[in-house]
Amino acid sequence: MSHFINNKSEQVDKSNTDDAYTLGPLQVGLPCCMPEPLIRVDNLSLHYGLKPALEDVSLDIYKGCITALIGPSGCGKTSFLSVLNRLTDLIPDCRISGNVHYDTMDLRHPALDVQRLRRDIGMIFQKPVPFPLSIRRNIELPLREHGMSKQAGLNDVVQQVLQDVGLWEEVKNRLESPALALSGGQQQRLCIARALALQPKVLLMDEPCSALDPISSGVVEDLIQRLRGKYTVVIVTHNLAQARRIANYAGFFWIKDQRAGCLIEFGQCKQIFEAPVHELTAAYVNGSRG
Amino acid sequence: MFLSRTDRQLAALLQGCALLAATIVLLILLFLIKESWPVLQHVALTRFVIDASWHPVQGLYQLTPMLSATLYSTLGAVVLATPLGIASALFSRYFAPPFIAGCYRRLIELLAGIPSVVYGFWGLITLAPLIGRLHPPGVSLLTGILVLTLMILPTVALTADAALAAVPLAYVRGAAALGLSRWGLISGVALPAARSGIIAGTLLAAGRAIGETMAVLMVVGNVVQQPQSLLDSVRTLTANIALEMAYATGVHRAALFVSGLALMVMVLVLVSTAELLSRKRHYG
Amino acid sequence: MVKNALTTLLIWLTAILVSGVFVWLLADIIIHGLPKLSWSFLVETPKNAGRSGGIGPIIVSTLLILGVAMVTAIPLSLATAVLLSEFTRHDSVFGRLVRRSLDVLAGVPSIVFGLFGNAVFCIYLGLGFSILSGGLTLACMVLPLLIRTAEEGLQAAPNEYRLASAALGMSRSATLVHLLLPAATPALVAGLMLGVGRAIAETAALIFTSGYVDRMPDSLFDSGRALSVHIYDLSMNVAGGDASAYSSALVLILLLLMINSIALSLANQWLHRSVVTA
Repeated sequence: MSHFINNKSEQVDKSNTDDAYTLGPLQVGLPCCMPEPLIRVDNLSLHYGLKPALEDVSLDIYKGCITALIGPSGCGKTSFLSVLNRLTDLIPDCRISGNVHYDTMDLRHPALDVQRLRRDIGMIFQKPVPFPLSIRRNIELPLREHGMSKQAGLNDVVQQVLQDVGLWEEVKNRLESPALALSGGQQQRLCIARALALQPKVLLMDEPCSALDPISSGVVEDLIQRLRGKYTVVIVTHNLAQARRIANYAGFFWIKDQRAGCLIEFGQCKQIFEAPVHELTAAYVNGSRG
Repeated sequence: MFLSRTDRQLAALLQGCALLAATIVLLILLFLIKESWPVLQHVALTRFVIDASWHPVQGLYQLTPMLSATLYSTLGAVVLATPLGIASALFSRYFAPPFIAGCYRRLIELLAGIPSVVYGFWGLITLAPLIGRLHPPGVSLLTGILVLTLMILPTVALTADAALAAVPLAYVRGAAALGLSRWGLISGVALPAARSGIIAGTLLAAGRAIGETMAVLMVVGNVVQQPQSLLDSVRTLTANIALEMAYATGVHRAALFVSGLALMVMVLVLVSTAELLSRKRHYG
Repeated sequence: MVKNALTTLLIWLTAILVSGVFVWLLADIIIHGLPKLSWSFLVETPKNAGRSGGIGPIIVSTLLILGVAMVTAIPLSLATAVLLSEFTRHDSVFGRLVRRSLDVLAGVPSIVFGLFGNAVFCIYLGLGFSILSGGLTLACMVLPLLIRTAEEGLQAAPNEYRLASAALGMSRSATLVHLLLPAATPALVAGLMLGVGRAIAETAALIFTSGYVDRMPDSLFDSGRALSVHIYDLSMNVAGGDASAYSSALVLILLLLMINSIALSLANQWLHRSVVTA
C-alpha cells in the first residue's frame, strides 16, 4: 500500500479486465462475508468550524460485506462517509480527530495520494450527478484521467460496466446522447457504472435510492446486492426495510444532546433489527422514535 | 489541501497571474506618487487651497475652483438622480405591468452601456443650446449636472432594482396580508429593507460622477472659476487633467498628477463606504 | 387613498420622463446620424479633419485597441478568477488581499487610468502613443470587471460536479477543464461582453495613451484614434464636424449592440450544445 503515499498514478490494470468487470450472479440472502476488517475507524470526531458533527465514532467495515448506516437526518452519517474518501478535504474549516485506517494505511496521512485513494474508494451520492456530457464520456472521462487512453480498451470497459449495472440494453444505441436525458434511476445506475469502471475496492453510497421512484429504487437495490462479495459497500439509508434486506452489518447513529451525531450501536444486521441492545436502537427500528 | 502535481503546477501559475492583477492598483498609486513627486516635494499641500490662482507654470497651484466644480456637479447629479433612479426601480418592480416593466428595464440597461462621450456629445449639441436660450453661453454647471444625472441614473436605478429584488418575498407577503396599501407596503417594508443596498448603489454612482471626464468636459465650458450660479461655466478636476495633459511638462505635469491623486482618494473613500454598507447588509 | 393615488401618479410620471429623455437622446442620434451613414463612410479615410470622408482607419484602430486589451485581460482575469474560486479557501489571506485590491481597482476613475497608462506604458516602457499603450491601459481598466464576473460564474457552477469528480479521483485541473469551465461559459461570455462594452466606450483613458492620429495604423506601435476619441475631437475641436460626430456616435452604439447580441447568441449556443451533444 506504500504506492498510495508516492505520488504515482498507476495505470488501470488492463490485464484481467475480463473478469474484473464481471459481477457474479445475483446473490439472494445474506452471507458471503469474510469477517475481516478493511476499514477501521477509532474515536473519530468531526467539527465544522466550532460546531461538532460527529463525536467519538469507532467501528470496523468488513471486507466484502454491505454495511448499512441508519439513523435520523443530520446525525452525521454523510459526514462519516466523506471522511472515508477524504471528501472532507473540500469542505472549508472541517476538522477531524481520531484514527481511520484503510487496510494498513493511515487515511488521515497528509501526504496520502488522495486521487489514488478515491479511485479505490468510490462514492455514490443521493442525487445522481451525471456530468453534462454524453453517456460514454461520463464513464471515459475519469478513466482517461487515470491514464487509460486506448479507445478499444475504453470501449470494452464502457460496455462491461454498463452491462454490470443493467443499463447496456437500454442505452447501447445512444451512447453519444447526453447523460442528462436519462431518467433518474438510469442516471444513478450510470453513476454506479462510472464508479465501477475505476475498479474500486470500496463503494460508499449516500442514500442512493432516496431520490428515485420505487421501481428504479428496486433495480438499484438489486444491483447493490450483486456488488456484495466483490466490493465492500457502505450505504447510508433512511429506508429501514431496505437496510434490513441488503445489509450484513448495521450501525445506528443518533444525535446526542442536540449537538453532535454519534454511533449508538453497531453489529450484525440481524442483531440490530431483531435483538438491539440499546433502547434507542430498539425504539428507532421499531418506528417509535426518529 | 492535497494537490496532485498538475494541480500544484497550475496553482502556481494561477497564483502568479493573480499576484500580477493585484499589484496593478499598487502600481497605479506608485506611479501617481512618483510623477507628482516634483511638486509634492517642494510645495506644501495647503498651497493647493490658498494660492491665488491655477497657473502651475508660474508656481501657483490653486485647485479649489476645480474641486468645487467637481463637488457641485457630483452633488447636483446625485440629488437629481437618486429620487429618479429609485422611482424608476419602484416603477419596474411594483407599479408597471410585467411587459412594460421588462421593456423599461431593458431600456435602462441599454442606457447604462451608452458611452459617456455620446452623452457629452448629445448634451453639447442639444441640451446646451436649450439652456443657452435661458442664459448664454449654455455650457454651464447646470448642463453638466443634467448630463451627469442621465449618466448615473441607470446605475442608481439598476442597483436599487437589485436591492428591491433581494427583499424577502415573505416580508412583502406578510405586509400584504396585513392589508397595507401599495404605498404603505413600499414605504413601510420594501424601501427600509432595501435601504442599505440603495445607499451603496448611490455612493457607487457618486463615485462614477466624480470620476467622469468626457461627458462633463464637453458641456461645462471649462472656465477656471468659482461658480456663482448654476449657469456659470466651470472646470472640473477631471476635465482639467484631460485638457492640460496634452501640453503639460515639468511641474505642470506633476501638478496634474497631484489632482489625479486627489481624485483617486475621493473615489476610494466613496467606494470603501459603499462596500462597508453592503457588507453590513450581508451580515444582517 | 389620495396619497396612494398621488405616488402612483408621480412614479408613472417619473418613468415617462426618464424614458422620454432617453428616447429623445437615442432618436436624436439616430435621426442625425443616419443620413451620413453608408458603406463608404465606414471604410473611407477621414478628410478635412473628419468633417468629410469616413471613419475606416478609426474603426480599425478601435478594434485593434480592443483586441490588445482583451488578449491581455482575458487570460489574466480567467487565471485570477480560477485561483480565487477553485484554488484558495474563501477565508485565505492571499485571496482576501487580491479581492480587496481588485475592488479598489474597480473604483479608479478612467482619467487616472489615462495618467497611469501615459506614465507607465508610453513613457516608462517607451511604447509612446500607440495602440499597444492604449490597449494595455484598457486591459488594466476592465480587469476587475472580468475577474468579478468570471469568479461569480465559476462559483455558480454546481458544487455537485466538484464533489462527484473528486470522488472519482479526478484532479482539480481536469474538473476545471472538463466540467466547471464549460458550465461557467455563459457567465464568462456575459462578463466578457460587459468588459468589451466598457472598453469600447472609453475615451478619457485613451487620449493620452493611444493618441489622436487618424491615419490607418501600420502596426500596434502606431498611434491610433479610437471611435470615442474621434467623436470627442469632432465635437470639441472641429467646427462643422457635428454631422460626422453624429454618425460616428451611431456607429459606436450599433457596434456595442452588435457585440452584445453576438456574445449573447454565442452564450446560448454553447449552453445548448453542452446540454444536447457534448
